[in-house]
This record gives sequence, C-alpha cells and structure tokens, in this order.
Amino acid sequence: MTMRELYDRTKALFPLGELIEQRSGGNNDLVFVTVPAAHLRATILHLRDKEGFSHLVLLTAVDWLEEGQFQLTYLLNNRQQAYDLGLRVMISRDSATMESIHDVWPTAATYQRELREMFGIDFPGSPRIEEEFILEGWNDIPPYRRDFDTLKYAQEKFSERPGRKTHDPETHMRQQLYPDMSPTGK
Amino acid sequence: MDFDWMKIPYAFLTVFIVVNYGFLMTALIQKIGARVGRRYGIPIWQNYLDMIKNYGLRSSITHGAMFYLGPVFRLSGGVGLLLFVPSIYGSYMFSNLSFAGDLILALYFVFFGTLGMALGAAESGHPHAAIGITRGLSQVSMAELPFGLAVFSVALQYQTLSVTDIVAAQQGGMLTWTLFTNPLAVSAAMLSFLGSMMRPPFDVVIAPQEIPIGPPTEYHSSYLALMQTNRVIFPVAKIVIYMNLFFGGATSWPEFFLKVFLIYMWSAFVGVVFPRFRVEQSIRWFLVWAVPLGVLSIMVV
Amino acid sequence: MKPELMKRMVKGPDGVEFEVEPLRDYFCEVPPTVMPAAYIKIVEDLFNWARAESIWILGFGTGCGAIEMRPLMTPRFDAYRYGVQWRPTPRQANLFIISGYLSTKTLKRAIRAYEQMQNPKYVIGLGSCTINGGMYWDSYNTIKRLDDYLPVDLYIAGCMPRPEALLAGFMDLKKIIRAGKGEGANQYAENFAWYKENQKRVIHDWDMPDYNW
Repeated sequence: MTMRELYDRTKALFPLGELIEQRSGGNNDLVFVTVPAAHLRATILHLRDKEGFSHLVLLTAVDWLEEGQFQLTYLLNNRQQAYDLGLRVMISRDSATMESIHDVWPTAATYQRELREMFGIDFPGSPRIEEEFILEGWNDIPPYRRDFDTLKYAQEKFSERPGRKTHDPETHMRQQLYPDMSPTGK
Repeated sequence: MDFDWMKIPYAFLTVFIVVNYGFLMTALIQKIGARVGRRYGIPIWQNYLDMIKNYGLRSSITHGAMFYLGPVFRLSGGVGLLLFVPSIYGSYMFSNLSFAGDLILALYFVFFGTLGMALGAAESGHPHAAIGITRGLSQVSMAELPFGLAVFSVALQYQTLSVTDIVAAQQGGMLTWTLFTNPLAVSAAMLSFLGSMMRPPFDVVIAPQEIPIGPPTEYHSSYLALMQTNRVIFPVAKIVIYMNLFFGGATSWPEFFLKVFLIYMWSAFVGVVFPRFRVEQSIRWFLVWAVPLGVLSIMVV
Repeated sequence: MKPELMKRMVKGPDGVEFEVEPLRDYFCEVPPTVMPAAYIKIVEDLFNWARAESIWILGFGTGCGAIEMRPLMTPRFDAYRYGVQWRPTPRQANLFIISGYLSTKTLKRAIRAYEQMQNPKYVIGLGSCTINGGMYWDSYNTIKRLDDYLPVDLYIAGCMPRPEALLAGFMDLKKIIRAGKGEGANQYAENFAWYKENQKRVIHDWDMPDYNW
C-alpha cells in the first residue's frame, strides 16, 4: 500500500484537499492533506479504525496572521507500515474554536490545553481545558500568536542589564579568526 | 550498692575517643566507597568541617518541642548504647557503666534512637518525613528481628545477660569466639547488621535520590549536626555490641579499632557491590534469609 | 490563585465551622532579619572556614545548566573532594545554583526554595541567561537579571559553562566566603522590600506568603 493509494481510497469518502508529499523519492512516508474542519473527526476515526493510523504523534498549530487563519496539524502515525500522515485543518483566527478529539486519543487533551493557552484556540468539552497549562498568571494575549510582540513585552516586563551586545556570528568569527582578511571575505 | 564515681569521666573519655574515631572511620569508608567508583572521594576530615559548619549556621527553625527532642533522643540512643556496654574487655577505665543485665538495655537503646527520630520527624509536618519514617521503621524493625533472635540464642548459649560475661567466655583464643561456637546466630546477626547500618543495599530510607532524604528532610543546622554526630557514634556503638557478642571483644584500643573497622567493612563491602533494595524487597529478604537462621540458632542451642 | 489557598469556611470533624485563611494560618509571615556574625572574630573566621570547605548545594536544576552539574558528581570531575555535596532539601543546603534560564514560573519556586535555606546562604548564577538573559533576551517568560530577584554572590559566564568552569567558580566562592563577604542572606533581609517588589512585578499570580520560612 502506498500513500497515493491510501489517499485515493480516502478521497472517495471525504472531501480531502491536495496531497502534499513531504519526502519525495525513496520511501514516500510523510504526507500532508487538508481536511475541512467539519470532516476532521470522521476522517480521523476512519483512519484510526480502518487504515491502522493508531497513534497521534502531535497536534500543533500555525498562525497565518495575514490570511486570518489558524492551521491545526494532526500528525498521525501508522506503526505497522511506518507511515506518517498529517491532517491540516484551517480555522478562522477570530473566535478560534475547534472540535475536541480527546475521546479519540486521550493524549490530545494535553495538546489542546497547550493550544488554548499558547494560541487561544478553544476546544469545548476537552478535560481541564480551563486550567492553566504552563504559564502562571498570564495576563496578555496568548504568547504564540504572531501579533504578540515578544520583544516589546520582554523589555517592558523584565529589567535589563545594560551593556548587552549582539554580534553577527559570521562577521564576528571572521574578525576573531582571520583579522587580516578584508570584510567581504576575499 | 556501691558505685564507683570515677567511672563516669572514664565513660566520657570513651565517648570522646569513639566520636573522633567514628568521624575518621566513616569518612574513610566513604572514601573507600568512592574509590570503588573510581572517584577520589571526600577529604578524611570532611565530617568535622560539615559538623562545624552546621553548628555555625546562624538561623534555625523549630517545629515544636518534639522536633528538638528527635535528634536528642537519637544521640542519647547512640551514646547510651555505647555507655552501657564495655568497650575494652578487662580494662577498668573503659568497661564503662556495664552491669549484669546490660544486654537487654543495649537492645532497647538500639531501637530508642529510631523511635525518637520518628517522633521528631513527624512533628516537622513534612510529608516526605512521614513517608520516610514509615519506611524506615518497618525496615529497621524487620532488620532487628534476626538480631534479637541471635542475641537470645547467644544469651541462652552462655546462660547470662551480661555482656562482660559473654566476652569473658570468649577469651580462650579465636576458636572460642561465638563466631565459631554458634555460627548460625552470628550469620543471622551479620545479615541483620547490613540492614541497620543504613548503607546500600538497605539505605533506601535516607538515600538522597529517593523520596528526598526521608526522615531528616526538615532537619538543618544544629539539629542536623547533632544527628551527624549520632551517625558516627551509633554505628561504632552497634559494632561494639557485635564485637563483644560474636567476635571476642577487644582487650586494647588498637584491637578495638581494627575489629570495628573490619566489621564495618563487611557492610561497606556489601554496599558497594549490591544495588539498593526497595523497602518491601528488603523486608522480604530479611524474612526469607535472616529470620530462619535466627530461629534455627535458638533451636540448636 | 489556587482554590485551596483561598480564605474559606471549613467544617471540622466535630461539626464546628471555622474560618481558614491558609496564607495567614499555615505560614509564618515574619520577614527575615539580619543575623549578625559571631561576636568573636576568631570564631567567625573558624565558621567561615568550615562554611567554605563544606558547601552543600541544593539539587534544584532550573534550566539546561543542571546537566553541567551531574558530571561534577562523577569520577571525571568529582567535586566531592573539594567538600562540595548535593543535598535534596533546601533546609540542609547552603548554596543555590541557578543553573541557566529562569522562567517566571520557576522563579516562584526558586524564591520559595531560597527562603527556606538557612542563613548564611549563597547563590551562584550559572550561564549568561542569569546575567543578562543570554539567548532568551527577548523571551516573554524568562527573567533577564537574576540579581534583581535574589542576592547573587557569583556569576559564572558562558553558554553553558563547562564543569571545569563550575569548579573554578566553587574555588572563587570559597575565597569570598573565607573573606567573610558571603552575606547574601543578610543583604536579602536588609533590602527585603526591594526584592519583593521586583519579584512581584514579574510574578503575576502571587499565591504564597511573602516570606517562606
């Protein structure tokens, strides 16, 4: 069974997006597919029960600020065949809410707590979703959102020691090791 | 009853000698253990420094009266054990405060310190301390069982409860030692010895990597220093009993030092070779291996 | 703040209701005091010498630098020969090594652990993260200047410093203690209000007493 066959079979059942092969050539064992949010649960259950994707490797998010969307990535693994399949779900950035899959894989609950704290994506019904995950007493917008200005926040909140210098590693090391060389490296 | 008051300063002299010997010997044993692990090990005077430092700490916090008394009980357990057992046989100066029934008292003192410690540590209110006590007491009780059996066996064998008399009976050369006249009791007691020395494989109770350090979790500064002092007296005092009961006692200080060191080495030797037991494993181990030996030794006698 | 730390009414086993305010009832809130040195100089010198030669470290790794302390216990570096030992409880430790970056969440625990240690106590900041933030200079969750929050005796620079650097740091700390300059605990007690103000500025959910004995 190749990933292409799997994709064709699944596509007949669910409205999947285009197949993106991450490792072309050789063993083509990591692919990504876009799924509409409404069909995610059905697709995941099908893949888990019928196609042997028994393991949730990770659940993470990407902030597409310009498009106004969050991309959720559910990476599934088929242990028998050593295949990885990533399901991408695009959801709207404002009022970001997604269906919880903690009943499919209990580990998902932890990922969902993290996503809620770091990105502000809500998963209604997920266990302990309201509790703080790793940040204690956070009072700003979720820190992994791209419109959160980390540098500004750090400068305002944490006192700095004066005298900090930043070197570009390449020019700095060249000056240290080959001081006679011209700055362009010729 | 006439009591020789001069015995008291002499007994304190014994304690003084034993404390210093204990400091140096435990450091030496630690060094030997480190060398087995190819480390250089602590300096031989490290124990003195640790103790001075702990006495020199400026602040200390108490959790109540029993918290104070815990280390005090423990220390008195060690010192008491030492005081009521003759350390040098035949010497007037160092026969200490031994009397006719001192064996029973010694057995009591062996346990006394642990009990005091349990009360003190429990008062600290730290959950780790409470868990440590439970584990420690169950292990020590189990380790003491074979020793108690062995002691009764020896007492039956010599028909006396006086340590001095038992030592006197063993003075006819090496073959009259209990080690050879009653090997079963000695082997049961030596297995129990491993358990009460708080060295591997039976040190899970106070091991720093386990439930942090067990009973002394909350102890610090001078309390801890007191306990450190006891930790050097108590093994020596305990070994003195073993030496008197099973290995012919000692007639001079050099013989005393050598025998104590060798008996301690037995525990250190086992400790560096074998990994740590969990508490329930060690209890099972004592029940399976040491207790039957003790029972057997009583039956044979 | 956690619900078990809130002020609330509790019904005892005998049926009597009473009010519990955990932060006030279960903890002693007396601020630290300055503890003077021994009156006689020679005694204090003896104590300082013993303190320098018997450094007990709190086994609390806050960041990646904790991995640099493990080799010190093993045969290759063997810090025990310098009288350096690791203790698992803050009550028995004298030296607190902040090993690398310190997130605000860990800072809370570090403060608690530091305050439970006994006077005199020392703090070493390990790695550039504790000095000026290091590679976490723009992080939303990592403090950049350790000495704003705890009195630091010594910094060991590097990212990460190797175990040899740590050993050299211990030697320098010994000199500081021998000279009687390791008075971080008293400094903390003197400037207690300032330290608390700094700490509370970065720790938003302050759910512990102001001073943890």
